[in-house]
Amino acid sequence: MSRPRKPVPGVDTRYFLNEAARLLPDPARRRFLRGAASLGAVTLLTGCDITDSQTAQTALRAMSRFNDGVQALIFNPNKLAPEFPESALTRPFPFNAYYDVDEAPEVDARGYALEVGGLVENKKSWTLEELYALPQVTQITRHICIEGWSAIGKWSGARLGDFLARVGADRRAKYIYVTCAEGYSTTIDMPTALHPQTQMTFRFADEILPRKYGFPMKIRMPTKLGFKNPKHVVSLVVTNEDRGGYWEDKGYNWFSGL
Amino acid sequence: MRDPGHSQDAALRPPPLVHPLWLRVTHWVNAIAMLVMIASGWQIYNASPLFPFSFPPSITLGGWLAGALDWHFAAMWLLVINGLAYITLGIATGRFRRKLLPIYPSGVLADTLAALRGQLTHDDLSVYNSVQKLLYVGVILAGTIMVLSGLAIWKPVQLQELTTLFGGYDLARYVHFLAMSVIVGFLVVHVALAVIVPRSLRAMLRGH
Repeated sequence: MSRPRKPVPGVDTRYFLNEAARLLPDPARRRFLRGAASLGAVTLLTGCDITDSQTAQTALRAMSRFNDGVQALIFNPNKLAPEFPESALTRPFPFNAYYDVDEAPEVDARGYALEVGGLVENKKSWTLEELYALPQVTQITRHICIEGWSAIGKWSGARLGDFLARVGADRRAKYIYVTCAEGYSTTIDMPTALHPQTQMTFRFADEILPRKYGFPMKIRMPTKLGFKNPKHVVSLVVTNEDRGGYWEDKGYNWFSGL
Repeated sequence: MRDPGHSQDAALRPPPLVHPLWLRVTHWVNAIAMLVMIASGWQIYNASPLFPFSFPPSITLGGWLAGALDWHFAAMWLLVINGLAYITLGIATGRFRRKLLPIYPSGVLADTLAALRGQLTHDDLSVYNSVQKLLYVGVILAGTIMVLSGLAIWKPVQLQELTTLFGGYDLARYVHFLAMSVIVGFLVVHVALAVIVPRSLRAMLRGH
């Protein structure tokens, strides 16, 4: 990132710098000039070189992993996300995805089956009818996007923690790997999966979950940023292996807890 | 009655220290951390602007949202650890009390008028006028609010009491932006004055 020095009209740069240095006491002058030279060198380094270099990227990735650990540590499994009254609902609720709204995946309700795999006793898949028959709960919580905006919505469905108990999942495993109809994926830490507000969502605002919000099922986690709340979920895998995810692999912080 | 030999000694001795080493170190570490936080913060802001403007990408850091967040959440540790060291030492050594307090409204008014008339001088670097005191205390407060509102945005569930204190998640974002604006405003004046009075910059580098 070296810039050719542009001459200032009417100013002899060398003369100007010498004059500036002359105004300083002698030992100070030498120190000042030496200091300015090293400062200049550092500034050159901090340009594109540092921000784009492999070293900086490696250091930033390491810090992001460190922050995953810190966030896991401060995650309180009993701390509930604030719930709101109906009057606080955001209308219309924003649509946001890595595809346009008319490109949202279309899942056929009749052919749908939720696959359950990995460290679970019962690997049978679940039809929509069976899922709808599970005990349902409702939450009105704030959805917070990694971009910064937020919106309050109403989601209903079954507690994921209860479901994991029902299928005999090894709840000492580290992760739940979630995959979606169109290929989206994310990995969730087990403490968050077992959080009382983490929900297999089938309804939005008292209606069957619309296509744009993730029909037939999304995983709603008010303790995580929006991109960690997958839509159009087709499989859950209980695992000890971090399999990453769509945005996580592109560089978003893995834990992304709230 | 002065002993000429004695005063010669005094001339050979280094001039009195204006800024102790801990202050200079924390000052420059803070400068780096703040610049990284501000430049990456602008990139994060651009992902969902609060106002009808965005920051030109050329003055932001991180390249895109994920990169900017990585820088922001890495530099926050530097900013907070260094900031805590600065505030702890500032209180423990009595420097804050000696240099920044007390601030009287009458003094601020008189010094502001003098500054506007171009008559406010800074001959003794070790003594701050009322306007300086107010600005330095103000920017320390802005920095504190900046960090607290940042925590409120980062952890609105785990630290929800703090988020509530800022009027909720959405308002905390505005407070965070406002604190940044105050700090950037301070920075502009601060750097301009350091350029006008280069002795002050030198003192922040070598101590006297």
